[in-house]
Amino acid sequence: MKNIPHDSASKHVTGQSVYIDDMPVNSRLLTGRVVYSRHAHAKIKSPDLTKAKQLPGVHAVLCYQDIPGHNQMGPVIHDEVCLAIKEVHCVGQAIVLIAAENEEIAIEAEKLVVIEYEPLEAVLELRRAIEKNTLLAPARTMNRGDAETAMKNSFHTIRGELETGAQEHWYLETQSCLCIPGEHQEINVFSSTQHPSETQAIVAEVLGIAKNEVVVETRRMGGAFGGKETQANHAAAWTALLCHATKRPVKIRLSRDDDQKITGKRHRFLIRYEARFNEDGKLLAVKFELNADAGYTTDLSMAILERAMLHADNAYFIPDMSVTGKAYRTNLPSNTAFRGFGGPQGMAGMETVIDRIARFLKKDPAEIRKLNFYGTEKENITHYGQEVELNRLHLLYDQLMETSDYAKRKKEVELFNSKNEFYKKGMAITPVKFGISFTTSFLNQAGALVNIYKDGTVLVNHGGTEMGQGLNTKIRQIAAAELGVTIDKIKVNATNTSKVPNTSATAASAGTDLNGMAVKDAIEKLKSRIGKQLAAEFSKIRPEKPTTVDHLIFQNNTIIDSLYPDRKIAFDEAMVICHLNQISLSATGFYKTPDIGWDKLKGWGKPFNYYSFGMSVSEVLVDTLTGSHKNLRTDILHDVGDSINPGIDLGQVEGGFIQGMGWCTTEEIKWDEKGNLLNHSPDTYKIPSVQDIPADFRVNLLQNVPNPNAIRKSKAVAEPPLMLAFSTWLAIKDAISAVGNHQHEPFFQLPATNEVILLSIEDIRKKIKGN
Amino acid sequence: MRERMKKVKSVQYPQHEISFILNGKKVSCKTKGSAVLLDVIRDVFELKGTKPGCHEGECGACTVLVDNVPVNSCLFLAVNADGKNILTVEGLLHADGTLDPVQESLVQNGAVQCGFCSSGMAMSLKALVHQYENAHPVAGEIKKGIPSRDEIKKHLEGNLCRCTGYVKILDAAEKLFLNNE
Repeated sequence: MKNIPHDSASKHVTGQSVYIDDMPVNSRLLTGRVVYSRHAHAKIKSPDLTKAKQLPGVHAVLCYQDIPGHNQMGPVIHDEVCLAIKEVHCVGQAIVLIAAENEEIAIEAEKLVVIEYEPLEAVLELRRAIEKNTLLAPARTMNRGDAETAMKNSFHTIRGELETGAQEHWYLETQSCLCIPGEHQEINVFSSTQHPSETQAIVAEVLGIAKNEVVVETRRMGGAFGGKETQANHAAAWTALLCHATKRPVKIRLSRDDDQKITGKRHRFLIRYEARFNEDGKLLAVKFELNADAGYTTDLSMAILERAMLHADNAYFIPDMSVTGKAYRTNLPSNTAFRGFGGPQGMAGMETVIDRIARFLKKDPAEIRKLNFYGTEKENITHYGQEVELNRLHLLYDQLMETSDYAKRKKEVELFNSKNEFYKKGMAITPVKFGISFTTSFLNQAGALVNIYKDGTVLVNHGGTEMGQGLNTKIRQIAAAELGVTIDKIKVNATNTSKVPNTSATAASAGTDLNGMAVKDAIEKLKSRIGKQLAAEFSKIRPEKPTTVDHLIFQNNTIIDSLYPDRKIAFDEAMVICHLNQISLSATGFYKTPDIGWDKLKGWGKPFNYYSFGMSVSEVLVDTLTGSHKNLRTDILHDVGDSINPGIDLGQVEGGFIQGMGWCTTEEIKWDEKGNLLNHSPDTYKIPSVQDIPADFRVNLLQNVPNPNAIRKSKAVAEPPLMLAFSTWLAIKDAISAVGNHQHEPFFQLPATNEVILLSIEDIRKKIKGN
Repeated sequence: MRERMKKVKSVQYPQHEISFILNGKKVSCKTKGSAVLLDVIRDVFELKGTKPGCHEGECGACTVLVDNVPVNSCLFLAVNADGKNILTVEGLLHADGTLDPVQESLVQNGAVQCGFCSSGMAMSLKALVHQYENAHPVAGEIKKGIPSRDEIKKHLEGNLCRCTGYVKILDAAEKLFLNNE
């Protein structure tokens, strides 16, 4: 298929795209505001709302007692209250809601809300949580073989710890919701959510009304990255409560600072590892203990932990493997989905192990990676029992080593390092193998509703949401190709729970895979109905030569009888004929991913429909006196099967890599000792700017690798490229290691901030002196 | 919206009458002294293409041109717009409905994903084009040749994008100037 610009591109660059905050609403619109906890853990006395309520221009001030339904907004486990009752568990937890005529009045009203806190001990560090054993749920395990025994019998051992940091989503559009009251109990919710069906469920629950009274619509999001998978529900629930209380339209758009303070982040992990390997560097046994900082409620933490455990092997065959996963409660906002969903943390642990083995054996890590990649014929079963089918790792490695000129440049790096004392260069190649499917198997389903109108135009509804990833563009392309019409005939509707019900979140990179198939299913039904009618019409033209639906071809806005191509009709004319013959031109479609099944308790089975693969090589320059670094060049080769839209897929790979690079380098999140987020705005929290991207950035898609398991032989993209950024991260480590001429294993963390780099270099310098 | 601002805010704050050119048309309105241009553009004139990103001048989503200089409209006091020529993303579109070359290049090069930074990006790029086509608003001279990729990066470093990784935005900028040559 081909490149066409993003569905909304022209609207985006002309300012015509409508986001929640841009929607025209009548003058009765009220501004909603959230009053949240200023303490990480405290008892609270019933807030005094009297004065706030008396302020002119204030229409509602609500606390938990004003919630008509359930005071609950936890998506999986109901352990997250909508408004705090007697205790608050993090800075940012909502306590009171205000609806006022405008933001200024709402802010004034907030100052009049009196909340008395009685501070309690707060757990803010993951190590402290482990010490206090604040487990969210019982530990999970995945085992293959006997890692315990294997540990005792193997040649070499390394063990250690890796800390990976939190990451703020930093979607450009902050959490936003607009609610408009309907008749009686009805409520229309316009939410910037990745999961309209869940938003609908939570709104219904807090209002104490049935789901069929709630319509949630999502036209588009200004970025999401997982941050609007569950946590968009919060703004929606709050807005709905205010709308219900005032019977007026209400909008909440969090300010940037509030958004960063209130919402969850990528989970921090503390990873403990132990690995045994032979003198060649071949892995024999690995033990991982993955500890995740869940924040104060469950949210999606257990699924995220599970995906981390499922990706602790990354791309490598490990005969005896044992993975334990634990998620701990802390007094921080509940951490949530973020592109990769635990995968990046799990893989960071494994990549650290591989890198350390190579440094231990004084070999090039590239060589150790190649040696341990999953095989194509043997050594191709993961530690949870799934076969790594259509393994592209070796193909990617061979091509990328050559196109990136790895061997030659590696020598040049060594030469540079031998001649320069204060600047050091580093290089690394890292692979990505990422499983595609929700690991909660039943979520792998999607619905669609396709309407054809009498003028031959088509309106496609599906359960996925557009957050910039180009889902709707791909859906248009799929629908046009399946129906044999040009793309201008297809329009994709805003996602709406009244059109397609009970959908899954647009997440797990599976938006196109699932919804594309559901759309295809609906179109096949329509083609069958239309085809039968037209076959009858065509057969009238030459009754002695009847035709059937199987002979009809839908292409170029025409329906043609392949038996007698003179029997043809324009698509729009055919729709009129169908209508006159009482043929329904509207059909629903449905899809569920086949052949997957996964026993969570045993940690064994086939959780994924297929795997995505990618690989990347980065070269960095580190200033050893300041700890700053520059990414000199990155080469990426990524597998997206037969791309539905190469332009969009390349954009996803580039964007994913840069976002991962941010997590690996500059995006450090800090809280003070009272649990206040210290960097809650872009002047202190540094996402990559245009100056931070690799000076030389070469991104390519692997060619001629059709994927039999997904729509039009494509592959999911979205999440996997984020983890390509480990090449930058480990190239930095390589440069640090060069300070000690690769004789000392550098201390290393994620993100590798200037501070981490500098401390690590100092550490090596001390070791050199010590020798 | 406008009425509401008057009703509530006129009680508490002195109002200033300001007039300026907005996307080629002379407009005027009353505003309080602390109001920023972003809010006046969005709430008074209901032009929603200019986006609120961070409200502290870091992300560039709210970039507009004031006398051809790109400014963060979230930090620019509305009263300072008095007598100025303001161009927002809506004003980039040509009268006949065709896209400005800046917009066209962003669309054709896949430089747009979620779109929330796109209007700010387009305005920053428009300012760069202006330096090469007309005159540098401060130096007064027309820049010669075409900007290097590094110069484009320097020019766009105040516009954050979380989706694209900037590659296609840079491509769009480069191709824009190559096509103009």
